[in-house]
Amino acid sequence: MSPSLLQVENVTKRFGGLAAVSGLNINIQEGELVGLIGPNGAGKTTAFNLLTGVYDPSEGNIVFDGNSINPLKPYQVTKLGMARTFQNIRLFKELTSLENVKIACNLRSKSGLFAAIFRTPSMIENDREIEQKSLDLLAALNLSHVASNRAGDLAYGLQRRLEIARALATQPKLLLLDEPAAGMNPQEKQELRELIQDIRTRFNVTIMLIEHDMKVVMGLCERIYVLDYGQIIAEGSPEDIRSNPKVIAAYLGQEEAE
Amino acid sequence: MQALVQQLIYGIQLGSLYALIALGYTMVYGVLKLINFAHGDVYMVGAYVGFYACTSWLPFKELATNPNAGGTNILLAIVALLLSMAICAVLGMTIERFAYRPLRNGLNEVDAIFWGFAIALPISSKFGPLFSVKGGLAFIVIGVILGFLMRPVMAYMRKRIKLSSSRLNALITAIGVSLALENSGLLVFGSDQKFIGNLIPESNWNFGGIQINSGQFIIFCVSIILMAALRFIVLYTRRGKAMRAISHDIEAAKLMGIDTDKVISFTFALGASLAGAGGMMVAAMTHVKVTPLFGLQPGLKAFVAAVLGGAGNIPGAVLGGIIMGVSEAYVAGSPYSTYKDAIAFCLLIIVLLVRPAGILGKNVAEKV
Amino acid sequence: MLRGTFVRFLGFAFSLALLLLVSKGAAYIKDYYVSVIVTCGIYVILAVSLNLINGITGQFSIGHAGFYAVGAYVGASWSLLALPRIADTPLLKIGTPVGDTINVIIAIILGAGAAALAGFVVGIPSLRLRGDYLAIVTLGFGEVIRVIFLNMDAVGAARGLTGIPSIVSNHDMSIFWVYGVAILVIMLSKNLIGSVRGLSFLAVREDEIAADAMGVNTTRVKVTAFVLGSAFAGAAGSLYAHFATGISPDVFDMNTSIIITTMVVLGGTGSITGSVLAAIMLTALPEWLRFLQDYRMVIFSTTLIVMMLTRPQGIFGHREISFASFKRRKRAVIGGGEAP
Repeated sequence: MSPSLLQVENVTKRFGGLAAVSGLNINIQEGELVGLIGPNGAGKTTAFNLLTGVYDPSEGNIVFDGNSINPLKPYQVTKLGMARTFQNIRLFKELTSLENVKIACNLRSKSGLFAAIFRTPSMIENDREIEQKSLDLLAALNLSHVASNRAGDLAYGLQRRLEIARALATQPKLLLLDEPAAGMNPQEKQELRELIQDIRTRFNVTIMLIEHDMKVVMGLCERIYVLDYGQIIAEGSPEDIRSNPKVIAAYLGQEEAE
Repeated sequence: MQALVQQLIYGIQLGSLYALIALGYTMVYGVLKLINFAHGDVYMVGAYVGFYACTSWLPFKELATNPNAGGTNILLAIVALLLSMAICAVLGMTIERFAYRPLRNGLNEVDAIFWGFAIALPISSKFGPLFSVKGGLAFIVIGVILGFLMRPVMAYMRKRIKLSSSRLNALITAIGVSLALENSGLLVFGSDQKFIGNLIPESNWNFGGIQINSGQFIIFCVSIILMAALRFIVLYTRRGKAMRAISHDIEAAKLMGIDTDKVISFTFALGASLAGAGGMMVAAMTHVKVTPLFGLQPGLKAFVAAVLGGAGNIPGAVLGGIIMGVSEAYVAGSPYSTYKDAIAFCLLIIVLLVRPAGILGKNVAEKV
Repeated sequence: MLRGTFVRFLGFAFSLALLLLVSKGAAYIKDYYVSVIVTCGIYVILAVSLNLINGITGQFSIGHAGFYAVGAYVGASWSLLALPRIADTPLLKIGTPVGDTINVIIAIILGAGAAALAGFVVGIPSLRLRGDYLAIVTLGFGEVIRVIFLNMDAVGAARGLTGIPSIVSNHDMSIFWVYGVAILVIMLSKNLIGSVRGLSFLAVREDEIAADAMGVNTTRVKVTAFVLGSAFAGAAGSLYAHFATGISPDVFDMNTSIIITTMVVLGGTGSITGSVLAAIMLTALPEWLRFLQDYRMVIFSTTLIVMMLTRPQGIFGHREISFASFKRRKRAVIGGGEAP
């Protein structure tokens, strides 16, 4: 068995007296495609924020790729190889698509501030490489035609795709997608599913996604975690989850399940 | 010990004045998230209204020739105070209507014409006084031209670039209003210092070695009364409730059928009238000389007081004002008195580093 | 690659030479105009440097006069207090062309360095504070710095420092020095925002949380912006001290801070071109309006309000005007004409 890429051990996060997430245990192996589902307010986004270092856990430990990420800031977590998208799209709206991707690409470059303000030859070389890489990435996600458009002006579906491109630009080992299909029509959802499959093989990344659309989750993920009231209530393959009475109860309410 | 208590009393008296001005800042910040830089200048206008009311508009009795005129003068002083408050309230509403509302809702015809004439006024005085034929004609012609040109020019610009108004922008507008008031003040009132003599018989009371000046004491009492009145308005009237609703969420307030423009205008009127009262009292009771830049320092300090207490928070403004006044009094009484003007900011920096939203302010984390 | 750097260097050297020529030509214009032109140049540096903090990194700083003051005082102290003691050093001899030149350069660098240090100190609270709160704290820092100078006997307290020896104060060298530094500052700033590294500054302005998630060290970016912006302002301060040969605390009061902020907003936050133009406009316009006498400032302030109401994004918005932007536009037309 290969070592797990992400290991979340008994993580709890409290806001005031309220535990948004409690006793969370998640284990992700390299190469997996994992889903995280749950009713509204179950704590899914909080879980993502804990993983990416936006929040520090009140209790418990998160180990990513052999490093504890508890004390790390989001940018350090990203540097370790975990990238995310946001539920409510957070692109750099005034900048172009290309610039959005370039910013994320810059993470892996060594060019310093001094080099930037004096325009040293090595920095120009470095910038050119990043530009090429970014353009390639945009091409890979079918976004070349909007490379020089303002990110805020793009159509909704394209904005979601650009966010994924931007996350991929940080060259992650683990990609976290927060409701990638939200607000999409069935046609777009189908495209998204193909895109995610495609990304997974092409970029060789492990993917974890939060999603409401059961069709997308069940069709894509190999393993699913179900979160309710901040706790994992079930874990398993899509078939297991579909027939799990606890999950049905969480989604449909107690009476129907009885 | 005695000196410490004495400084504390000075500080509280000074602080009550800062609190009075700070309330205007904090209320406006609460509803609009705008630093109303012009508030200190409204205070200045209040002082001038007080000056003119006391020296030429109202028949005050000379205390030197009528030693018993104190009673009449007290009545007149109340009239002068109300007058200052009323004029400043109108000024505050005018500022809101023509400078800040266009920031929110865009510049409409009326605004454009107003600003056209506002620019035309000083230009036309190049041609002659406003009430002469030449000057008046120039005023109307230039005003009409500028006012009617502004709309199409703006419509054209809006077509070119999306209109987006930022906080920085609002701040610069407020600074512009402040500069405009100060410089108009220089023109209208002149740059010389104005001074009001004793209106009300003044005395120093002595409580076991602790001096209390009657003028200072009156300012303190009137400030407390006005603050209590404000508290009543904000907590128990419909308008006050609407104000609080807007400061929570202006969009939701709009959806609930609150006429936000009207309530914002009302907020400005309230804040400005408090500043006007403060200005009038300082001019008439404390022997401070009035100049067009009179409002700059107190305005700034009151603003710092508002932020210190937590911008948008009404009890916070009062608390901040008192803290500012007391610390300033203590520094002024110490060997470091030349640092008096810096203490406000030092205090502010320290407090904000510990509590980024002020003492009573709530720190709202951004949702991810 | 190397060729590009070389061309750039050549361009800079050429513009310096041209500047020297123009500067020498200034001998034939009235002192008054030279002083207006030099003041414009100093405000160009100040506006561009504040734009790095406000416009490009999106931090709300309105106390720039403080850094300007630090630069001026430290630069002046070097020339006035430190230099006479080591004036025997052959390279630094006052009065010789070489000595004067080196002295001015050292003064500028010292001013910039000291202001950068002050910028670092002010940059720290920017990590915790946001928006209006940051604005008032920076304004406060500016005032505190001024009051400290006002109370410092070593630098003349309220009287300030006078009699600063310098070649910048020479009629025909002032334009050269001030505009030389201005061009350098503009170039460096443009280099920064033209680089991928500089994009991370814009990212912090656009969305701090997203920038953080994309691996941008937002803390470092913000402090860097403050340090860089205040270093440039410090250079401007040192230049001002050596041009005016006398400084006092009231030159660096809140009004100066506010004027610089106004230049940035009026020009368009984020646009360096806009800052340059607005700085020139706001310095020259009040001079030009002098014929209006007392009404000058009233017209100035009402115009400012009207500008803000009719064009909130400033003259240039976020855009720049440069040769590169024309090229880019052309490329965009050729390359990406099929937007959805």
